[in-house]
Amino acid sequence: MRQRVWRVITAALAAAVFSATAILAQAAESSERLLDACLACHGDAQRGALPNVPALGAQPFDYLTIQLYMFREKMRVVEPMTSMLAGVKDDELKRLAAAIAKLPAPLPADGPTDAARVERAQALVVQHRCNFCHNRDYSGQQNVPRLAAQREDYLLKALRDYKSNARRGYDATMDDVLYPLNDDHFRDLAHFLSRQR
Amino acid sequence: MKTSYALLTRCMLLAALGAVAPGALHAQTAEAVKPIPPMQPVPSTVPGRPDVPNAEVEKQLRNTPPLPFPLAEEKLPLSDLKVPKGFKVEVYTSGIANARSLRMGDKGTLFVSNRLLDKVWAVVDRNGKRENKVIASGLDRPNGLAFHKGTLYIAEGTRISKLENIEDNLDNPPKPVVIYSDFLNHQSHGWKFMGIGPDNKLYVNVGAPCNICEPPETNSQLRRINLDGSNPEVVVRGVRNSVGFDWHPETKELYFTDNGRDWLSEDLPNDELNRVTKQGQHFGFPYCHQGDFTDREMGWGRSCTEFEKPVALLGPHTAALGMRFYTGKMFPTEYRNGIFIARHGSWNKSKKLGGDVIYVTMNKDGSVKSYAPFLTGFLQNNSYVGRPVDVQMMKDGSLLVSDDHGGAIYRVSYDAGGKVAAR
Repeated sequence: MRQRVWRVITAALAAAVFSATAILAQAAESSERLLDACLACHGDAQRGALPNVPALGAQPFDYLTIQLYMFREKMRVVEPMTSMLAGVKDDELKRLAAAIAKLPAPLPADGPTDAARVERAQALVVQHRCNFCHNRDYSGQQNVPRLAAQREDYLLKALRDYKSNARRGYDATMDDVLYPLNDDHFRDLAHFLSRQR
Repeated sequence: MKTSYALLTRCMLLAALGAVAPGALHAQTAEAVKPIPPMQPVPSTVPGRPDVPNAEVEKQLRNTPPLPFPLAEEKLPLSDLKVPKGFKVEVYTSGIANARSLRMGDKGTLFVSNRLLDKVWAVVDRNGKRENKVIASGLDRPNGLAFHKGTLYIAEGTRISKLENIEDNLDNPPKPVVIYSDFLNHQSHGWKFMGIGPDNKLYVNVGAPCNICEPPETNSQLRRINLDGSNPEVVVRGVRNSVGFDWHPETKELYFTDNGRDWLSEDLPNDELNRVTKQGQHFGFPYCHQGDFTDREMGWGRSCTEFEKPVALLGPHTAALGMRFYTGKMFPTEYRNGIFIARHGSWNKSKKLGGDVIYVTMNKDGSVKSYAPFLTGFLQNNSYVGRPVDVQMMKDGSLLVSDDHGGAIYRVSYDAGGKVAAR
């Protein structure tokens, strides 16, 4: 069963990448078309479409610009992002970031909420001051991403990748904050944050 | 005496009543006064993550890195910058996003590094017209640079590499060859500063992998290695993160800046200027800050007398980074053998401090006499219009200053006669 689900997901991903690449090839100049290409994998901005692929809506402009830049410069090597952004000019990156930033914020995760996990996560947020940079409503600001209602699987992946150094931060803040945290903490935080409005 | 006796009797009577009928008294109190609520279990903060009670203050305490694009030359804050009388500041070059450490090649090439980005640049001066070229990219936080006999050394997050004969191959640079890579991979203070000592060895900082913690044996030190990467040795310990050091031109002693911990208080601790007089010295981190007080979390059972004291306190959270002794002949004689230090400027302080280049005057015995602002104006209305990172003397004695927010290099020159020193 699990295998079949993964096969479907892989097929969907391949199709999405194929169509995204096709769209990109048709009109590399147009931010609008480039945005369509993004949403082929990232979904309708409020939900996301694929596991571990973030919903994009209402992310801060600076954060988006920096991440797009890092993909382009191979400072973050994640396919298909890196190859899709290869050769995209600075101004185009900024226009794309501005367009994505205007998309509506994601909707909180469906599914049951585990009260014990929420309680543990809230304590972690206070202890480690997550809401200091990410804002008290987790909406993000400047170079700091929105966390509220982000996909749970993506949040967990991001935390694990920062911790393991698989994902390089633009600056060292996340590494600093995650120093004393472990995978149990990450699961609680992802559960909680994905259910914030 | 009589009154006291009466009071005492009344007290005794009340006490007796209480003893006889405690239940009745308690019931009465409970109705009259709201019971004290049980203590809420407040989650205690972890080291280095204190509570800040005010959302507005929180906003002033965010460490915001620059976007990965340089400012256009006409947008640089040149008109805001101030230098002492007789000095002049100009834009040497612009368009180098996140310009960090500076080194001069023997043939006059200026090398510029990145911390947030992945590149090392060369700036070539052809009759006053400057050209910026990327000579290495795809690097991991290549903050540290050193130049020795034609070879440029680059210190990244987890390795040191070299580019031989680089000044003869700026248009077709070779790939960096790794000579040393025994570093832990950590983002926090993972970038390096590097220099060549009087012993012709590479010196490099290995920062604490945290704001405040018990660092691993391998960290919180200055280390030196041979130019081929062999024979690594610990020079000193107890260093949180040094992003600038240089050797006294006469005594050859090593002096280094060190960034103090964050989130202790608005006013403490100061960043330090330290002087190494013996290999193996310990400069206090994480137990003792600024030579005179123990850490609120890591300092219990320790005393500052165990550690070396700084020779100067450079202001709380000011981020004292790149430093060089001045040995040039362009500036007035009182600047000889003193230290220029770039202060990147505080982020962990609601009223910002630093964002300037200071000049440190030394005593004959190698101690510090005083320091004073030299290049100022990067801090305007509590926000930065530029942030100085490193200083580098040119052959003519002028001083270059990098700015990693504007992506620019400034040049400060002096003209004794009233006309600007010709280049």
